[in-house]
Amino acid sequence: MSTVTSVPTGSDRVAAASSAAHAGTPRPTGVVHDTLTVALRELRPLIREPFTLVFGMMQPLFFLALFGPLLVRTSGLDGAATLQWFVPGIIVMSVLFGTSTTGANLLQDITTGAHERMLVTPLRRSSLVIGRALEEIVPVLGQAVIIVAVSVPFGFEPHVASLLGLVLLAAFGVGLGALSYALAMAAGDNPYVFWMVQQTVLFPLMLLSGMLLPLDDAPGWLAVLSDLNPLTYLVEAERALFAGDVSTSALWGTIASVAMAGLGLTVAVRGVNKEA
Amino acid sequence: MINAQGLTRSFRSADGAEIQAVRGIDVHVAEGELVAFLGPNGAGKSTTLRMLTTLLPPTSGSATVAGFDIAREPGEVRRRIGYVGQGDGAGHMQRVRDELVTQGRCYGIGSAESNRRADELLEQLQLTDQANQKVMTLSGGQKRRLDVALGLVHRPCLLFLDEPSTGLDPQNRANLWSHILRLREETGMTIFLTTHYLDEADAMAERVLVMDRGEVIADDTAGGLKAELSARSGVDHVTLDDVFLDLTGRSLRDSFMPSVPELAAV
Repeated sequence: MSTVTSVPTGSDRVAAASSAAHAGTPRPTGVVHDTLTVALRELRPLIREPFTLVFGMMQPLFFLALFGPLLVRTSGLDGAATLQWFVPGIIVMSVLFGTSTTGANLLQDITTGAHERMLVTPLRRSSLVIGRALEEIVPVLGQAVIIVAVSVPFGFEPHVASLLGLVLLAAFGVGLGALSYALAMAAGDNPYVFWMVQQTVLFPLMLLSGMLLPLDDAPGWLAVLSDLNPLTYLVEAERALFAGDVSTSALWGTIASVAMAGLGLTVAVRGVNKEA
Repeated sequence: MINAQGLTRSFRSADGAEIQAVRGIDVHVAEGELVAFLGPNGAGKSTTLRMLTTLLPPTSGSATVAGFDIAREPGEVRRRIGYVGQGDGAGHMQRVRDELVTQGRCYGIGSAESNRRADELLEQLQLTDQANQKVMTLSGGQKRRLDVALGLVHRPCLLFLDEPSTGLDPQNRANLWSHILRLREETGMTIFLTTHYLDEADAMAERVLVMDRGEVIADDTAGGLKAELSARSGVDHVTLDDVFLDLTGRSLRDSFMPSVPELAAV
């Protein structure tokens, strides 16, 4: 069906002119301004109540403290070498868990009506997506720093190339966050659909990436699935970069991160544009 | 302020049938008017409101709102209108004042001005004491006043209110309306609202539109509608409720149209 449009009438233009004088303040904004406005809105409850933020940041440390020692026993390597392998994986895990729940905050705003309210403001649709995904990246990067800081006394040595690793994490995380956003929009008023899909996707992604245990001895079919998992390339790239090895793994990780960011943002921006 | 011609919106139901929620309606609202938009559940009021506020593209037809075409210049429309939807507009985890300041920033208002405006609205809508509370701790009446404040941050020339008083007790309803009418007096803004409380429409609206089954079936002053029914029925005292039931019948409508999220756009 076609959408018929018409030129505004003269009296409408007069109304607009008088209302512009009346409104005065709203003015066009840039994409950076819009994105930061959304990201800061999402960050504000965390800033207001840092306790929840600190508590959330503790969780990956449990994996280090309660799972790490088992790895040392089974790997046959010493503590430092095991940490060198394990810490980058834990950091990727915190990105996976942190950003895949981006949509959860959105779900609440969809259920209450706050999302609809923001759709009626002049904010760019793409900024609504990117801003929320960025908001999830900030605590996750903070978490990465904490994990590294806690691991160093036990022999973990982060190379300066780790900084590039953090950039890849952020890019991959924005993509995952955007996909989570798109999932929340698709779920709409059925929050359980969001959680069902999120959990169903999360665990295979995690187990098949080799972040917790090496997949070297995996049966063939499992190795194939692992190769199909984009997260695998990020985990391997992070291990390489944290060890200072800027080579093929890092390149594959970069490709995976850029692809994930591109895919996530495309899907989510398309979704939010379609919705309104 | 609002000029809609042949505005139509179709949805596809779960069994594939096409449902016209809004069937080619014309709506005209002049600057400064307060118009009440009435109709049974499922009549198409919210769908109309969502089209006029750029939330939903029309299937066909066109509309200019605040001087701009809703399909071609939605950004210009959004800058000029305020919208208070049926749900809570404020995020539950947010603090009251933060949400107002953010709303100003969403409209490109500077930081200092957004803060000043937030304080002004908190005072105007009796929310100063709740400024630093989380939205989820507010009472129903306080939440609704906050929603109205959020809709007014950028001083819109046209305010859409979708069932603003539903779920409030009589005290809070009276309080909310006294705020809205006072702010209208001060700013001269145009108001287009839906409500199921016909006494409110009767008391406040200069004009009443009645919608049923996707069509506008009456457009007059409340007095005019009542006088017409009174003359036709020979009953002296008729209320707007009588007019409403005469126009739309007594059968329940909740089953006429599935709620919008269950429908896919055509």
